[in-house]
Amino acid sequence: MAELITYREAVSEGLAREMRRDSRVVCLGEDIGAAEGVFKTTTGLFTEFGPERVWDTPISEQAIVGAALGAAMTGIRPVAEIMFSDFIACCYDYLANEIPKMRYMTGGQVTVPLVIRTANGGGLGFGAQHSQAVENWVFTVPGLKIAAPSTPADVVGLMASAVRSDDPVVFFEHKGLLASKGEPAPEEHVVPLGEASVVRSGNDVTVVALASTVPTALSAAEQLITEDISVEVIDLRCLVPLDVKTVLSSVERTSHLILVEENPYQGGWGATVASIVADEGFELLDAPIRRVAAECVPLPFADALEDEVIPTVEKVVEAVRRLAAF
Amino acid sequence: MTVSEDTSVTVDAGRLLEWYEQMALIRQTEKAAYDLFMSGLVKGTTHLAAGHEAVAVGASAALNEDDYVFATYRGHHHAMARGATPAECLAELMSKATGLCKAKGGSMHLTKADKGMLGSYAIVGSHLPIAAGAAWSAKLRGTQQVAVAFFGDGATNIGAFHETLNMAAVWKLPVLFVCENNLYMEYTPISAVTSVAHPAADRAVSYGLPAEIIDGNDVIKVYDTMTDAVDQARAGEGPTVIEALTYRHYGHSRADPAKYRPADEVEHWMQRDPLLVARERLTSLGVDAADIDAADARAADVIKAAVQEAKDAPYPDPATALTDVWADGGAAWRN
Repeated sequence: MAELITYREAVSEGLAREMRRDSRVVCLGEDIGAAEGVFKTTTGLFTEFGPERVWDTPISEQAIVGAALGAAMTGIRPVAEIMFSDFIACCYDYLANEIPKMRYMTGGQVTVPLVIRTANGGGLGFGAQHSQAVENWVFTVPGLKIAAPSTPADVVGLMASAVRSDDPVVFFEHKGLLASKGEPAPEEHVVPLGEASVVRSGNDVTVVALASTVPTALSAAEQLITEDISVEVIDLRCLVPLDVKTVLSSVERTSHLILVEENPYQGGWGATVASIVADEGFELLDAPIRRVAAECVPLPFADALEDEVIPTVEKVVEAVRRLAAF
Repeated sequence: MTVSEDTSVTVDAGRLLEWYEQMALIRQTEKAAYDLFMSGLVKGTTHLAAGHEAVAVGASAALNEDDYVFATYRGHHHAMARGATPAECLAELMSKATGLCKAKGGSMHLTKADKGMLGSYAIVGSHLPIAAGAAWSAKLRGTQQVAVAFFGDGATNIGAFHETLNMAAVWKLPVLFVCENNLYMEYTPISAVTSVAHPAADRAVSYGLPAEIIDGNDVIKVYDTMTDAVDQARAGEGPTVIEALTYRHYGHSRADPAKYRPADEVEHWMQRDPLLVARERLTSLGVDAADIDAADARAADVIKAAVQEAKDAPYPDPATALTDVWADGGAAWRN
């Protein structure tokens, strides 16, 4: 077995592989060059590729993402970093009004092959403005693809697809997973956008998770063995394209569905998945669809408070237990 | 930074007459757009550029075919100056399938990508970073292309303007920032809401950028200034901010009769109509009035035919609403 690598290392590895493959791939962002990123997710890139491929920017999120868009429209395949996903709000115009609409409102004249990488999510006690899971901010706008890997190998494989995509992709790297370890990605590893993965097979309840909630769901599934509840865990891996088929085919067997989301219940991605399953898989269900999502409050600082707000293993265990007994 | 008043004669009469005709074509397109609006054939809104023609035509003449241009929702003149035809512009305004953007964009989003006209943007100031990105791309690819962002005076008070001037200056990007200062941000005098007299040029100093304030109604002056700035950008010397003073002949948008503008101010600027300025210059260069009138007449013929062509064109197939989201041409977001 190959040596395990961290999720953090996988980000750098995924970027480096694409930059070696295609000289049009250029990175820009705050502190990503010689400093190698505040999360050390661009380690080695500046050394290997130099300042012409790895650009340090001012703290100017609109300029970063706007420049990435202009470059993408004119022959470059930029990878822009927004340091904390909370800062997407500083350049939301580009995610809401510009990037997703360029091709459409020009009648197909413009192609936008860009990636926006950002460190997302909580669990590290960074407080209300540096801990949010904001995938739902992006999910609400048609025209953006969304990847949110949960393992190092998927980081590399989805990064390959994101960079090679001729459509804009927002790539969420979960802060809480950066130190986690997993199998390294094989050479030429490419995970297509929009293919969910059944990461644990089970018969009683389907749990659909994304990024940090995947290990949470897997831990819950492990605990529930002792209660003789068999849980199937699906890692969505992407929100757009959304792999509804994998979810529906699982529910066809389990007849029970729980969605575990780190973004707030209010407007979270699980609501869309739930509505699709209710609409297209109603006859498959033996119980209501349940959502374990973040509470609808700002993220608090203290661990004890943060745990109260975001999904935890205990919350998922309890939700599965109740649903199995429905 | 100085207000330049003299205009050196750098173009011959023949070239100036070509520019005059281009400006006449834009002017008459805008008049046609206004009339079509009033007759109910153009929906939504329009932001007409009549009065701004010299900025677009003079600047465009200073560019190469593969340079990039980014415009605002008041952008018909820039699309046309880069080669969009009146028929495809008017068809877009009239929601026709033959429009520049297949009727998906409308008046505010005219785009002619194959001519380097990479869009008209309706979020004020949003395209400045995008233009800088195109310039960055040219630098990365080692081409000699430049990018031009045209924007209004109102855009100088939004964050994207300031973020972009700074980053473009630091990275020495081949980008030109051309402010069409028509004295009003929508309905409010720009002077009433801006801390400096020249909203674009005075800010350039903060970012260590050179700036020029010019008569934006003098097509030769625009051309000369742009030519110098473009040369500097191609030489790797970075951006220039050009503040071109101009005036719109219509209100901010179709709903605005512009009654907030003093009559004497309007009169002053009407005397400085870029078409009049160019006509006077042509006359001083010895061009017969009949030849200038003939250019107007040719433009009128083109517009008459373009209006008819746009009127005759089909509306889009409703099914095309669900195309062009993704690079594969489709709109599927799930399986």
